[in-house]
Amino acid sequence: MKKVSNEETVSKLNRIRKSTDVLFNIIFAILALCCIIPVVFVFMISITSEASLAKYGYQLIPREFSLASYRFLWGEKDVIFGALGVSVFVTLVGTAIGVILTTTMGYVLSRPGYKLNGFLTWLVFIPMIFNGGMIASYVINTNLLGLKDSVWALILPLAVSSFNVIISKTFFRTTIPDSIVESAKIDGASQLSIFSRIVLPISKPVIATIGLFLCFGYWNDWFQSSLYISNSKLYSLQALLNNIQKNIEFLANNPAAGLTLQQYRNSMPAEGARMAIAIVIVVPIACAYPFFQKYFISGLTVGAIKG
Amino acid sequence: MVKVKNDNNLQKKKVKSRWKHDDTELTLLALPTTIWYILFSFLPMFGIVIAFKNFKIFPGHNFIYNLFHSDWYGWKNFQFLIKSNDLVILLRNTLGYNIVFIILGIVIPVTLAIMISLLHSKGKSKVYQTMMFFPHFMSWVVVSYFVFAFLSMDKGIINGVLRSMGEETVQWYMQPKYWPFILTFMQVWKTAGYSMVVYLASITGIDQTLYEAAVIDGATKWQQVKYITLPSLKMIVVMMFILNVGRIFYSDFGLFYQTTRGATGLLYNVSSTVDTYVYNALQKSTPVGMTAAATFFQSVACCITILIANWIVKKIDRESAII
Repeated sequence: MKKVSNEETVSKLNRIRKSTDVLFNIIFAILALCCIIPVVFVFMISITSEASLAKYGYQLIPREFSLASYRFLWGEKDVIFGALGVSVFVTLVGTAIGVILTTTMGYVLSRPGYKLNGFLTWLVFIPMIFNGGMIASYVINTNLLGLKDSVWALILPLAVSSFNVIISKTFFRTTIPDSIVESAKIDGASQLSIFSRIVLPISKPVIATIGLFLCFGYWNDWFQSSLYISNSKLYSLQALLNNIQKNIEFLANNPAAGLTLQQYRNSMPAEGARMAIAIVIVVPIACAYPFFQKYFISGLTVGAIKG
Repeated sequence: MVKVKNDNNLQKKKVKSRWKHDDTELTLLALPTTIWYILFSFLPMFGIVIAFKNFKIFPGHNFIYNLFHSDWYGWKNFQFLIKSNDLVILLRNTLGYNIVFIILGIVIPVTLAIMISLLHSKGKSKVYQTMMFFPHFMSWVVVSYFVFAFLSMDKGIINGVLRSMGEETVQWYMQPKYWPFILTFMQVWKTAGYSMVVYLASITGIDQTLYEAAVIDGATKWQQVKYITLPSLKMIVVMMFILNVGRIFYSDFGLFYQTTRGATGLLYNVSSTVDTYVYNALQKSTPVGMTAAATFFQSVACCITILIANWIVKKIDRESAII
């Protein structure tokens, strides 16, 4: 009992001074606010009336609230939901494919005594230090693989990254005891069933980590769209946001009753609608990520161990 | 004795050279990913020969046909690139920004990580971390809207403040002189929190008894940071450093393209990097060969820098090298 209190006093003594602590807290509070305020600001713009925006510019506290931007987006729901559908599809399918491809490779590489281990290690490692670059990839993907204007162009090129393969390999090597795999083999299980029935169920942390990396990567991707997609039906939310930066009229197709298309386009809440789409993209992330943060951190620290 | 050993070796060799059923199964398991790597990583590597070709796309034919029927161009594409005068600007920007980013990307997050690890309240520290991690999860497209909300000429909040103070407003998107700072600021804003959390994870992994021993020896907090925390972080800092140096010829495309709204026009000189140049060229249907020359140069230069960086680190400290 006495020892514990001793240790406590040691760590108490070892703390920084109260005044320094207050100073640090102030610094971090400011930094943390800096990271959040832009989002709040953009949200405020999205709920400001267009007239107020025209008159006073963007303001942190709107003079005149209005949900016109969101109402407008609702009116154009085929475009918005279409893009949302593409985003969700790409994120879900991409994450599933990516996790499967990454973990199978990671598992195979983690098996000691596998004959092609050296070859596959190089296969995974070489792309980390050398790659063909944007042009060569673009030409191959469009000209040879026929991915231009296909939803697979958004999914396949991002599915595997050597970094993720190495994370999963390190995880399998350090946490899956060889004895489990060996005894399953003696029982006559094939590697596929060992992998899917034994290894995957006890590897949830690494699956969660890699899945989340992929998930956020797919959700946030706009670059693949801007390279490969010209059919506006295949725009994801990010691609939509990227395109309306130049051309917001693209969004306005369903004029309200009694308006011509031109009148409708002139009356649309252009500024607010842009910001509202940005909010539509950010909200799912903002809601989801605090719960998953710890998996990111564990993934990063696992990745920091040499593979 | 010797003979037995030899026998053992022989047996080992025999076992090693035999292909087992197990190996077939594992190969099948790895096959999809192997195919992925061949299609999406290795084919483009061979695709870099485009840089030496006058690459033309013949409608209706596939890539292999196009490649064989395009004329060899030798180093001509590279000569065009060098003559076009862009290369100097591109390299200056790409390398210059990256060097600044690498230095700030280590100094700021490490400092913040040490500071946040010293806070008395762990609860508050968690809140700060969560908030500062947030920018990492946003795409540059979204961030470019945030930037626009601040910098827009007629509506932006900064010009609003300037106006209310009676100062002249600034056309931010037309003034190259501010952009090196804006770009650096945005880069730090987006990455610092994330890197801080990575370094913090290493700091919390340090053996606490080291600190206790230091306290008993009468070390001040500053000395503890200098002699315990910083040396413990060396390994991960070096690793991050090699990884970043290896990407020194690449730039964060989204940062330079999105926050400047296209990296063109008046901001071209301060914001165009190799990647934005290649991307803009792709959109404008510049001859593929010339842009391919730029990416070829990028890939090769990068490969060389990562090997050199690794070699230097290996000389200084074998343990920290990654290859």
